[in-house]
Amino acid sequence: MITSRKNKTFRAGAVITAVMLLIILVGAFWTPYDPNAMDGSAKLQPPSLAHLLGTDNFGRDIFSRVVEGAGATFVIAAATVAIGLVAGMIIGGLTGYYGGPLDEILMRICDAIAAFPSILLALVLIALFGSGRYKIILALGLLFIPSFSRIVRSEVAKQKSMDYVRSAKLMGVGDMRILFVHIMPNILPVLLSTVAIGFNNAVLAEASMSYLGVGVQPPDASLGRMLSEAQTYLMSAPWYAVSVGLAIILLVLGFGLLSDGLGGQYDA
Amino acid sequence: MKSRILALILAALMTAALCGCGGGESAQGDTASETADTEATATAAEDTAEESTGSTGEAVYGGEITVGIAAELDSSLDPHVSSSLAGTREVLFNIFEGLVKPDTEGNLIPAVAESYTVNETADVYTFTLREGVKFHNGETVTVGDVVYSLTRAAGLDTGEPFMSTLSGIASVEATDDSTIVVTLSAPDTEFLAYMTAAIIPEGNDPDEELIGTGPFKFVSRTVQENVVIEKFDEYWGEEPYLDKVTFQVIEDSQTMVMSLQSGAIDMAAHLDASQAAQLDGLTVLEGSMNLVQALYLNNAVEPFDNILVRQALSYAIDKYEIIDLAGDGYGTALGSSMYPAFAKYFDESLTNYYETDIEKARELLAEAGYEDGFTFTIAVISSYTPHVNAAQVIVEQLKEIGVTVEIEQMDASTWYSDVYQGKDFQATINGFDASTLTASAMLSRFTSTSSKNFISFYNDEYDAAYAEAVATVDEATQIDLFKQCQTILTEQAANVYIQDLAEFVAMQSNVGGYEFYPLYVMDMSTVYLIG
Repeated sequence: MITSRKNKTFRAGAVITAVMLLIILVGAFWTPYDPNAMDGSAKLQPPSLAHLLGTDNFGRDIFSRVVEGAGATFVIAAATVAIGLVAGMIIGGLTGYYGGPLDEILMRICDAIAAFPSILLALVLIALFGSGRYKIILALGLLFIPSFSRIVRSEVAKQKSMDYVRSAKLMGVGDMRILFVHIMPNILPVLLSTVAIGFNNAVLAEASMSYLGVGVQPPDASLGRMLSEAQTYLMSAPWYAVSVGLAIILLVLGFGLLSDGLGGQYDA
Repeated sequence: MKSRILALILAALMTAALCGCGGGESAQGDTASETADTEATATAAEDTAEESTGSTGEAVYGGEITVGIAAELDSSLDPHVSSSLAGTREVLFNIFEGLVKPDTEGNLIPAVAESYTVNETADVYTFTLREGVKFHNGETVTVGDVVYSLTRAAGLDTGEPFMSTLSGIASVEATDDSTIVVTLSAPDTEFLAYMTAAIIPEGNDPDEELIGTGPFKFVSRTVQENVVIEKFDEYWGEEPYLDKVTFQVIEDSQTMVMSLQSGAIDMAAHLDASQAAQLDGLTVLEGSMNLVQALYLNNAVEPFDNILVRQALSYAIDKYEIIDLAGDGYGTALGSSMYPAFAKYFDESLTNYYETDIEKARELLAEAGYEDGFTFTIAVISSYTPHVNAAQVIVEQLKEIGVTVEIEQMDASTWYSDVYQGKDFQATINGFDASTLTASAMLSRFTSTSSKNFISFYNDEYDAAYAEAVATVDEATQIDLFKQCQTILTEQAANVYIQDLAEFVAMQSNVGGYEFYPLYVMDMSTVYLIG
């Protein structure tokens, strides 16, 4: 049951997320300035009517870049979560449903992966794949599989012994059909809140990777990339880092509230 | 059981991966000696340094200061290991001296040697030892020490020279108590510049004990932390002002700025414009890094094997705009592989050989068969911000002629192994400096036979001019030939030359006396506290 407090949280999250998504969507087609266009005569200008969030060290419009960067970060985070979710559902579903040695092996691999700091693992994968936008999605996506698998597995294992599953079995329904058509819809609320939390982690992970220079490549914008550039100008142009930081906070806050509102209790 | 084995395998993989990262460190060291992203000296600064440092008070003897350095030094501080990091060389400059040493003007002045003579064919160099030069352990320098040092550095007994520049030495002999004769296997008019190789006591192993003849002696080193040097009371030359200098390793650029602001450190060199702009109330001197920043093109791969394409890029890339956008207007535009601190060899007329001209660039591209442009990738080391920034500006500039550029950032060790050694790249932005005061240090890499010719520039005319230059004894003719080499590089558009990057030295207002060198050194002997 969603309580009224949770309901408000959910609504707040939905509003923030909707606004962010709208801005990103519009930004995909139109931004006030070309996000990569440089202007030597307008470097590091404070926020003004012409440049809502000021300009960076190349005279690029920060607002346009934040919009585009948020879009890039959003796409990367969403794709990362999608990889984690799909693979997690398959691995978690099968291991949770069948159990046995396969379950043991896969879960111990997950344990092993979870034992290392994810940034370190991501850097190892980047060293193998090379850097860039799509490689980051792949690397982060792989790292997200264990957490999704574990949650799906425990939920499936719980549902497995329930009456509706037993009766379905008695009726001769196939295993795959039971798993994906009967059980999965029942664990949807849990999945959704996990997705929201996972999305937040992915946003932060993308920011970290791009900050370290292995994510989105310059001159293209992403929130992490911009944050790393803004760091140099923290004293002389504080609005730069603050704008980017705010964009990250809003993205994460929106999804955080959403997942809270959904009653999420799992930490991905 | 199975799970345990799996965990073990994973752990092993992880360790392997980590070792891979660690192994890169040493390679990174090698890169730095080649690319030395930071160097100190003097274009505008040479003239202004003295006035601006002088403040009001008097220079006093005594006191100690802490200097921030941006990178950890090499694990070995052996002065003869020439592959050492530029940052190591600049600290060791205060501890060790050679028979000669560079001065602030770029000349070589006698140091441990009192005088020298060169024979007419430039293959026998005779040095007279300065009397009474003391090592830091109190002993007097003898010809035996000099022979030992040069033999060791040139690898005469092992066959493997520590310093490749000394590979031309055939023999080192002491003819009497104060005369050392160095004979070369072939004439080399630039050989004197290599005689800055450190003189150490006979039988000494620098990895066990650092003993030199410089104005400061080595006290201690804490890895990842600092290096401490102390004034050497029996120094033969001008007495240094400071009693003690601590070089503090501060790797993060913002931390460096904050440490200067808070007074935690007294001085730092190699700062960039954005760092310098944040330092109110400190003395900030502008110098240049003494390197050639360029878009280095792989002349062996399409489309850069076509001179028309290379010229088109040279016309399309506006170096002044790069200096303005990526360097806040600080920097000296260059047109060939030589920078202004090499006053003798620098040819200013090449700087604007390619005036920015988009139309002309388009025509050249069309003539080369690339009417619709093409796509290429610039490899750049992610931690070298000036190069990453220049790359971003170039991406925008080349859009104008329909050329699409992608930037690929990598770490220094990957750059060194893939780009520099593996030659697996299309274009890269980096800076190349000279480790010795010779034109060869800048120009030898573009000869067909050089192992450092990573851009695969093969040009017979260039090879001939270079070979003739090195063999010429007459200085004026030699300078002409070296200038001819630079002209060929420019005309062939071997690379798209950009600039000699600006850099800044900042110090607290009670510190003065800093002087720029045309090499990567930080001379602490002239620095003083204002009383």
